[in-house]
Amino acid sequence: MTPASVAEREWRRFTPVERGARFAVYFTIVAAIVASIRTVEVIPEFVADAPEQIADLLRRMWPPDLAYYPQEINSALMDSMHIATVGTVLAIVMALPFGFLAARNVTPFAWANWLARLILISARSVNTLVFALFFVAVFGPGALAGTLAIAFHSIGFLGRLFSEALEVANPGPVEALRAAGAPWPSVIVYGYWPQVAPAFWALVLFRWDINVRESIVLGLVGAGGIGVVLDTAMNLFQWTRVAMVLIAILAVVVVAEVAVTYIRKKII
Amino acid sequence: MTGTGFSAAPRPGAVSVSPPGGAALAIRHLRKEYVRGKPVLEDINLEIAPNGITAIIGPSGTGKSTLIRCINRLVEPTAGAILFEGRDLTGLPRQELRAVRRLIGMVFQEYNLVERLSVIENVLCGRLGYVSPLMAWLRRFPPADIGEAFDLLETVGLAGFAHQRADALSGGQRQRVGIARALMQRPKLLLADEPTSSLDPKTSVEIMTLMRDLALARGIPAIVNIHNVELARRFANRMVGLSGGRVVFDGPPEALTDHYLMQIYGGENWLE
Amino acid sequence: MAGVSAVRPASWPLRLASIGFALYLAYALSHLELTPARFLAGLEFGQKFLAKLFPPDFHRWELLLKGLKESLEMAILASALGVVASLPVSLLGARNLMPAWVTWPARMLMVVCRSFHPVIVAILFVKAVGFGALAGILALTVASLGFLGKLFTEAIEEISLKQVEAVRSTGAPFMSVITYGVLPQVYTRFIGFASYELDANLRNSTLVGIVGAGGIGGTLFAAFQRFDYDFVCAIILSIIALIIAGEVLTNAVKRVFRA
Repeated sequence: MTPASVAEREWRRFTPVERGARFAVYFTIVAAIVASIRTVEVIPEFVADAPEQIADLLRRMWPPDLAYYPQEINSALMDSMHIATVGTVLAIVMALPFGFLAARNVTPFAWANWLARLILISARSVNTLVFALFFVAVFGPGALAGTLAIAFHSIGFLGRLFSEALEVANPGPVEALRAAGAPWPSVIVYGYWPQVAPAFWALVLFRWDINVRESIVLGLVGAGGIGVVLDTAMNLFQWTRVAMVLIAILAVVVVAEVAVTYIRKKII
Repeated sequence: MTGTGFSAAPRPGAVSVSPPGGAALAIRHLRKEYVRGKPVLEDINLEIAPNGITAIIGPSGTGKSTLIRCINRLVEPTAGAILFEGRDLTGLPRQELRAVRRLIGMVFQEYNLVERLSVIENVLCGRLGYVSPLMAWLRRFPPADIGEAFDLLETVGLAGFAHQRADALSGGQRQRVGIARALMQRPKLLLADEPTSSLDPKTSVEIMTLMRDLALARGIPAIVNIHNVELARRFANRMVGLSGGRVVFDGPPEALTDHYLMQIYGGENWLE
Repeated sequence: MAGVSAVRPASWPLRLASIGFALYLAYALSHLELTPARFLAGLEFGQKFLAKLFPPDFHRWELLLKGLKESLEMAILASALGVVASLPVSLLGARNLMPAWVTWPARMLMVVCRSFHPVIVAILFVKAVGFGALAGILALTVASLGFLGKLFTEAIEEISLKQVEAVRSTGAPFMSVITYGVLPQVYTRFIGFASYELDANLRNSTLVGIVGAGGIGGTLFAAFQRFDYDFVCAIILSIIALIIAGEVLTNAVKRVFRA
């Protein structure tokens, strides 16, 4: 057995460059965390006190006020569901054109891609709640503001993922249709759409699930739904009612998640 | 296939290769039921000498894999005793079982390497039972172990492959790594579960040669599941035939006539 | 999905479902009073409103930076705490590694953590521990536990158990089985999930301030209530810039670890 050279037998897990890069990342992460801990304005005594305070709050919420459900919660909860659903449908209608515009293989004009992407990124970065603040200021409090907020924020999400799905679509059928002389709308409907439809519906369901959660908080800024009820109860320190609202929210969210998982299995 | 009249004891005329005393492994009355009332293994009795290759043959589903896995308790036996290193493995608590597993090396049909790790890291898995989890995670193995790992890689013919990712290797190469990993444990017993079933014929012979040579040279008894009877005949000095969950043949390859093969595997056509 | 699926739904159940859904939409629209008239009326006001937004007013940039810095700190700490907390919980929730009596409580915990919008959790923490960044960090950590935990658990449940079996057979202790058998199979996906969560926390950290849990959200809300819309615009633009910067950074980190 010939002895291998020392250098070959030395076990290096990463090349020097890789090691440097990984170290840089670890260092940055740790530095960021340490810097954050030192500069964030958190009073240590409050941190130590937190568990006791949380326990106290939970004690005040027990037992949940079951009677409150039919009184106020049910209709408000349904309103939130409507807001989420209508908002998502509206988002689909508005996101589709942006998605097509942003996909580089569908729209060959770079300036259009760029513009569409910019709009989509901005829509994604501004939260539903912030949109809600806007629309409440414009349209007044109520469900209209909430629905538009859901719709506008979802455009960013749906549009971007939709354009990504388009960009990985198989060009074969599209080329065949173009070669046959099909007009532009037909190319889209028969060439691209059938390929991306399953992924698109899965995305829509995923987004609807998230929108259900988001629509719940919109009421906190006055945009309708169960958030208004929650806000009122909290401001009046009616903790048992708050508990009931939270339980109802939990139930709705879980049901929505189960429903989405079930429907996704049927499409895919 | 129970109730066909075969006994568990070696057939008259067959030569037993078990030495009078000092067996490395003794299996007594081993029984395994996955479903109550339907045992996959029934009353298995075997003694494995401290040296040599024992091949276990038999049709698929006859419990060969289960038998091998009962030895190191990757599958829990329903009844019976596994005597190894002066202890009955079936009764051992977890800590001690782990300690004993270090002494049993295993080679798998599908290599079971950690694909994302490098070849050298896979080989060093053999020492995981000997270093603390923290040191293992930081990849701080004793230098002697690292040296031995490189030596083993050379021995199995993979010098220079140490830093490649395991999933970049061919099937035969991966099995060599698997063998190196098992030997890295410095085991007192080597188990191999269909080590060549996923390999082409030429590579199968290479791997069996490697395993036999290393096991014999290092004085490690080996128990090998094989479904290819010719391979088994060629490389083992003792054949154990299972059928219907029982031992129906136990002897040297020369004693394994077509008569016995038919009883083990059933039917005449496949022998032609 | 390969292949071209049918363009039109050919089945009656699907047709009925579509018609039913259309009817539902009509009902919901009227129930919520989303009439075109209201919309158009609002549009005109909306135009004036948009004019008030521009040009963005950055002269209070110190306040702006302070809020952004706090949001960034909250996102970083919540992500770190979230990763640390969700690793053990997600391991406990993996059905291919743990028995049912362990996985059920772990999974239930993660479901509850992600069912509530971070803003709601933030409000509760504000009531419990007071206004400020602490409430925000706790709220975002809870949300991270829920989402990261679920993603981690799903990744663990998809691993090949053969590799784990092999490591077990060498007599390795439990933690080594995890670090050599499980972690290498999920490591890169974990990095992806963690950076996704950092991104999500960055977005949410700009929100929770609206209910007093610290960060730029509070500055934004206050500006809204003061009708200081030029400042609002400046804040929104900064938030967008911060989020885009965060995305670029996390993509770079993912590339370093993809090896």
